[in-house]
Parts: sequence; C-alpha cells; structure tokens
Amino acid sequence: MTTLLILLPLAAALLIWVLPLNDVSAGALALLAALAEVGLWIQLLVRYDFAKGGLQFAQERNWFSDLHVSYHVGVYGFSVWLVGLTVIAMAAAIAYGFWVGRDRVRAYMGLMLFLTGAIIGVFTAQDLLLFYAFFEAMMIPLYILVGVWGGPGRLGATLKFLLYTMAGSLLMLASIIVYGLSQNTFDLTQIGQSSSDWIFLGFVAAFAIKAPLFPLHGWLPDAYRESSPEVAAILSGVVSKAAAYGFLRIAIAKFPEPVQHYRAPILALAAIGLIYGSLLAFRAPDIRGVIAYSSLAQMGLITMGLFAVNDLGFDGAVLQMVNHGLVSAALFLLAGMVERRTLTGELTRLGGMARGRPALATVLITTGVIALAVPLSSAFAGEFLILAGVFRQGWGWSVVGAVAIVLAAAYVLRLISAVLHRDVGPAVSDSALDLRPAELGVVVPLVACLLALSAWPAAITEHSFRNDRGQTDVSQGFK
Amino acid sequence: MIHGPHIDWFALAGVNSLLAASALALLSAVLVPGPLRRPVAASLCALGYATAIGFTIALYVKSPHGHGVVVDAFRRDRLAQFAGIILAGSGLLATAISYRERMREHHGEYYALLAAAGGGMLFFVGANNLMTLFLGLEWFSISLYILCAIDRDRLGGLEAALKYLVIGGFGSAVLLFGSALVYGATGQLNFDAISAAGQAHDSLLVFGLAMIIAGLAFKASAAPFHMWTPDVYEGAPTPVTAFMAAATKAAALVVMLRVLVTAFPSQAHLWTVALAAIAVCSLVIGNLAALVQKGVKRMLAYSSISQAGFMLIAVSTDSNLGARALLYYLIPYAAMSLGSFAVVAARERELGVPVTFENMAGFGWERPLLGVSMWAFMLGFAGFPLTGGFVGKFYAFAAAYEHGWTWLVIVGVLATLVSLYYYLGLVRAMFMRRTEDLQLAPIGGSPPRDALLQTAVVACLVVTVGSFFAVQPLIDFARHAANSLSF
Repeated sequence: MTTLLILLPLAAALLIWVLPLNDVSAGALALLAALAEVGLWIQLLVRYDFAKGGLQFAQERNWFSDLHVSYHVGVYGFSVWLVGLTVIAMAAAIAYGFWVGRDRVRAYMGLMLFLTGAIIGVFTAQDLLLFYAFFEAMMIPLYILVGVWGGPGRLGATLKFLLYTMAGSLLMLASIIVYGLSQNTFDLTQIGQSSSDWIFLGFVAAFAIKAPLFPLHGWLPDAYRESSPEVAAILSGVVSKAAAYGFLRIAIAKFPEPVQHYRAPILALAAIGLIYGSLLAFRAPDIRGVIAYSSLAQMGLITMGLFAVNDLGFDGAVLQMVNHGLVSAALFLLAGMVERRTLTGELTRLGGMARGRPALATVLITTGVIALAVPLSSAFAGEFLILAGVFRQGWGWSVVGAVAIVLAAAYVLRLISAVLHRDVGPAVSDSALDLRPAELGVVVPLVACLLALSAWPAAITEHSFRNDRGQTDVSQGFK
Repeated sequence: MIHGPHIDWFALAGVNSLLAASALALLSAVLVPGPLRRPVAASLCALGYATAIGFTIALYVKSPHGHGVVVDAFRRDRLAQFAGIILAGSGLLATAISYRERMREHHGEYYALLAAAGGGMLFFVGANNLMTLFLGLEWFSISLYILCAIDRDRLGGLEAALKYLVIGGFGSAVLLFGSALVYGATGQLNFDAISAAGQAHDSLLVFGLAMIIAGLAFKASAAPFHMWTPDVYEGAPTPVTAFMAAATKAAALVVMLRVLVTAFPSQAHLWTVALAAIAVCSLVIGNLAALVQKGVKRMLAYSSISQAGFMLIAVSTDSNLGARALLYYLIPYAAMSLGSFAVVAARERELGVPVTFENMAGFGWERPLLGVSMWAFMLGFAGFPLTGGFVGKFYAFAAAYEHGWTWLVIVGVLATLVSLYYYLGLVRAMFMRRTEDLQLAPIGGSPPRDALLQTAVVACLVVTVGSFFAVQPLIDFARHAANSLSF
C-alpha cells in the first residue's frame, strides 16, 4: 500500500515521458494519476488503525545488506496526515498547471508526478539512507520545475535554492553515515538513540535550511517569487513540511540529549524567525512576498511546537503543518490566479478586486481568515496548542508566539484589503474575470479541507500519535 | 631446447581475443576496399570486445580461488576479471560511440588500436609482477598515444597526443624507476614475494613505493599528477576521450589497489596516508578548476580528476569495504563517463565545433533522449540518488568512516557540494536557457541519425540508474572480487 503510493506517481511520470501523448491527454493522465493517488490515500486513512497507532502498512525489502540498508517504508499516524496533505496539494497543483497550460506539458507533468512520489517517500521512509535518497530526489524535479517554468530571475533563484539546500543535505549525509555505521543499522525503527551533538547538528542543519529557519532563509524569497504559482504552493506548502517531519521523526526522536542542549538556541531562532518573518510579511510589496515570509514565520512556529517536546506541542505542530500546508498552497494558487488577471503581484497596483468578483473575494477571505487564526479556525487550534506546549518551556516563548499571531492578523488583513478592497488598482481592468469554475475546482477542495479541519481539529490532534501521547512515542524513538 | 613454462591459455583468452581482433582490424586496413573498411574494422573490434566480455565472465565464474598463471607473472582471479568486464564493456561502448566519428582515413588502424588498448588494459589488471605491470601499462599507453593523434585534421589533436606522450612517458619512467628501486631493495619482482621480502622501514623500498604510486597516479589522473588530463581530454577525438576517462582510470585504480595491498601491506601506514593526501588534492584541484571551465570536455576532464579523488578515498582505507566501494563505484563511473562524453560527441558532430556550455543551450529540448541521459550522468557524478553515483559515494565515505577518517568524509562532502555548481550548470545550460539563446547547428537541417551512439548512451543510462537499484547483486559481485586480495 505504501509502496503503491510511492510508485504510482513515478510510474505515471514514466508513462507520460515515454508515450507520445498530446498536451491534453498528458495533462489529463497526470491529473488522473494525482486523483488516483488521493483515492489511495483515502483508503490508507480508512484502513489505518488509529487506536493501535505505531508503524503500519510497513514493507521491507533488502537493499544492500553489508551496510544494513534496506528499503523500508510505512506510516505512522502523523505521516498519514502529511501524506494526505501531499496528495491533495499535489492534485491541486497539477490541476492548476493543467488548466493554465504550461508549455512542454509532458515534461512538466512528469516532473510534478515524480515530485509527488519523492515527497511521499520522504514521509514514509523508515530507513535513514532511503529517507536521504527521497529527500534528495525531491530536489531533482524541483530544480528543473523552478528553473524552466519560473519567472525572469529563475536562474539565480534555482542556484541559490540548490546550493542552500544541498549544503544542508550533504551535512546530513555525513551525519547519516556516522550515525548509521556507528549504530550498525540504518533502519529508523531499530536504530538506537544517540547523544552525539555533531550528528544532531548535521541533521538540524539540513532541516533548518529546508524549513527554513532564521537565519537560513536566504533562498526563500527568490525561490517562492520566481517559481510558477503551483510550484511555489508545493514548495511552501509541502516541501517545507519534509523538514518539520525530519525534525520530529529523526532529530527530536533520536537525539534526546542534544535536543536538551540545543533547545534554547533553536527555540530562539524559531522565535526570531516567527517575529521577523511576520514583520517582513507585513512590509512585503507583493502578494507572493507576503505569503513567502508568512511561511518563514509559520515554520518558525511549527518548529517551536516541535521543540517544546511535549504532547501539546507535538499535536499542535502536526496540526499546524497540515493547516499551513493547505493555507499556503491555497494562497499561492490564489496569488497565481490574481497575477494572471493583472499581470502583477505588486500590492500598490492591485486593489478593489472584490467588486464584481464574489467568488474570488469569498475564497480569498475564507483562506485569509483561517490563516490569521481567528478562533474556531483550525489554525487557531494549532497555534493555541503550540503556544500551550511551548508555555511549559517558559512563558516568554508563548508571549513571542502570541505577539506573532497579532502580527499575522495584521499582514493577512493588509493582503486582503490591498487585493480586494480600497480603490481599484491601476493593474486591475474591469474585464478581469471572477474565478472560473475550473479555478474554483482547484482551490475550493483545499479550502474545504481547511473548513473540515476547523470543524474537527481533533481529527488530527487525537490521531497522530499512539494513545495521543506524542511525548511517549518520541521518547521511545518511535520504536 | 628450452622448455617454455606452462601457459594457461584460458586465463589469457580475453587478452588474446582482443589482440586477434586488433590484428584482423589492422589487416582490414589493407585488404578490405575503402568504403567497407570502417564497418568491417569496427565490427571486428566490437566482436573482439564482445568475446572478451564473454571470456572474462566465464573466467570470473570459474576462478573463485585466485592463483598465478604463466610462472606467476599473471594473476587469474576475480579481481582481474571484474575489472576486465568493466574494461571490455567500456571498449565495446567506445566502439559504438566511435562509429560515426568524422574521420577521413585510418579507420582500420583506429579500431585496431582501440582493441589493442583494451587488450593491454586487460593484461595490466591481471599483472602479478612489476615487469608485467610495466608491460601492460606501456602496451595500452602507446595505443592511446596514437589514438589521440590519429585524426590529424582535428585541431589540438597532435598537441594533445604530444603532451600525453611526453608526460605519460615521464609517468612510465617514474613507475619503472620505482620498480627498479623496489627490486633493488627486495630482489623480487612478484608482488607477494616483495611483500614477504620487504622490510617495513627500508627507505629504498619506501622511495620505490612512492614512485610506483606516482606513476600509477599519472594514469589515474589524480592530482598533483593530472596536468596532462584537461588538454589531452580536450584534444583527443571524443570517443577516445570517453574510453580513456572510463577505462584507463578504472584499470589504473584497480592495479593501484592490487599492488599496494599485495606487495606493500607492511607499508600500509604510509601509503594509506599518501593516498588520502592525493585524494584530497584531487578533490580540491579537480573541483575548483572545473568551476571556471567554459568547454564541456575540459569540465568533464576536471570532473574526472575529482572523481579519481572519490575513488582514491576508497582505496586509501586499505580495507575490504574500501575495495568493494572502489569496485562498485567503477561500474556507474565508467557508464557515466562514457555516456557523458558520448553525448558531447553527438553535440560536436551536430555543430562541427568544440562543445561549450554556451552551445549546449537548448540541447535538452532538441534531443530529449540525449539530454535526459546527460542530466542523469551529471546527477550521477554529483552523487544524487537514483543513480549509482550516490551509492558509490556512500560506500566510499562509509569506508573512510570505518577507517576512522571522519575528516575525509567531511572533505568529500564539501567537494560534492562544490561540484554541484558545474554539474548542474550543464543541466542549466541544456534545459533552462531561453529559445533565443539557442545556438542552432551551423550546418542546418535535422541532426545526423546515430543509432549506435544512442544505443550506447541508453546502455550507459541503464547502468547508471540500474546500479542504484541493484546494489546487492553488484556489491556481492564486487565482494567476491575484493576477496581475491588479502586484507
């Protein structure tokens, strides 16, 4: 089942590359594969035994035995949700790319599907080297997707993105080699906990760059601005969660002592990123800038929840990963839709788009309101849990978080009013249409998921860890 | 009447089939009429290589316990056959890549020399004493010197050949001098006899060892013995470069492993450090110089220097794991080298000018098969997953860690990071340049069809990617070969 989830998109990608399909059928095939993937995930969700928890749907095959490396995949409760986020966001992104009509459709769709498989691999790999292989494999399609279909500054953006993330990943590779060989296994379900600070820091470097955490976010604004909207949606919505997942599954679960040593500095960096990202988002001159920097802030918040290392923090962080993934994907797609109509993302040239465009206004406001965490929204639940969790580490962290939530309200409202309200901007022509049915079809499912989660956030928070005790799971290293 | 030694012809069958192919191809240069010369000579060469592959596989299967043959001058063991399979495979692919090379004359001689070079390498990797070692080295080197110069119309071809001849000759002389010193110190030529007779701290012996390492490092083009590499790789006909990059390096590294482990085990504390230093030099120089190259062949030349560094990390650990790492790594490495130079050759034939990053623009979209393959080869060199290059690097680093050299792992990781810039720079050039940057073929029209070259590239692609998935069988295969040596 897990293997099928990984292989189905890869097989579809190969099929699209090899068969001489025309543009429409290639796109349709890709969308079909993405939807089949969602269907598979629903199967997984229904059949996963949350009462039992732990690793399920595990599959193991020998890869090379002399260094004890195997192909071992499976899902935990929280991975189920992250895989769900991946398949839903990817389906939306592929549908949007199909509708917009990217050139070189076969290459494009194949790469998107390849990326889907790689991300699911990251969330399900139970072997360190396999995890690394998938983690790196994500970069292969992303590099091309940003570099070929991106905006005018794409070459610089890809280079920066690549060098930043690879610097982190290669440090992680060194850590993996040392860790795996010293423990005599690479299997995450068997490998023991380690007290080595250096190995821990190697992992943290990779995840902190990928997330990103302040001050390692240098690649973020360029990459998010220069990508096509659907790729930016995946980058900020899903790929960044691979880093948070890595923190939870490896860095925190396997290195309890170093986590103690480095908790304060990491929490501090996360808190600085949270405030700094929020402030930059408030000052950003364009839609993408706002979402990009809010993403930096949100990843800081998620990291704070994780490094609180208690039940509340873990629950909140997992919920917030899914929330932010959906919110950010929806917002980037909406940004793309606005940019298509106005040819610009600059806030000073936009405005007044709500008039005569009720669908756009409704969807954007709904997403925005969830993003700024009004009470009863799923983001409110997530952020509340994170703040409650991190409160146990010191009330100061919660104060920082609470301030950031106020700032989030400020930047989201600024975004909404700059796009929808005020006077009609110079770039907005009267002929710019409201969201078309196809666009609604892409973005409404994401918003619907968010609304469903708002109604029942416990779906995730109570179904992520065994007996809803994240701390116990983590302290046992997810064995 | 002098009684000759008993000769195990089966052990020499691979070498002999290539020699036969070489002789027949040379005859074809005079006996076969002009237009048929190329197909006949090329098929003979290919046939020779295919036969050699068959024999080396058979020998691999039938020689589980290594032993010396022909008065112990030659070794019949799985290590030699493992290397032989890689070498003969490289030769076969190089023949396919060569076929459409624009060359007006000397087809018979070209394929004769290509087969002879392969035969020399097969002999070289089986060498069991210092004489056969030198014989094998000169045998394939002289063939390669001429191959570099064979296309006299080619700009820089003669210069490359001359440079290769002078510096290669110097390298051989160093190796020979080192052998003489070792013989002087121990009175022995056979590797295991040297090991038995040598004293650990005999300075004459150590000096000889250093010179043998230097001589072999010239052939493996490891820094600081790499000066000839960029110019020769650039000036030689591209198929010859492909063959040199894949096969010469593989042969030199395997022989280095064999000589050091069998002949100099008591000096291991010295040569492990020396090789680690050479590896670091190669990584630093190869990577930094590759960053600033404009020509694709020169970039690949410097990349091959840095790849030698990665493989020397494996050799320098003096362990079974290291030997496995080297032998495994050689499989995808040979495929990636041959494949990438084959793609360069295709572009060169299309444009008629030397290939630079500039005129690779748009290549990936024009020729998707070759473009995607080149992409995979670059990812492989850079050690990305889904290619054997990733597993090879992982093994090399693991060997260094097991040897207690974590610092070498860090150096390797940093070198990999630097290398991304130029490897992916080529991917960027092929796929991300806008259409108006395209440098279309000056000749115009559709690019020449070249089914043989494309088949070779696809074969390389299959090996590069396949070795990522089939690690277990390949590593078992390498383990059996590594067990021929005593660690």
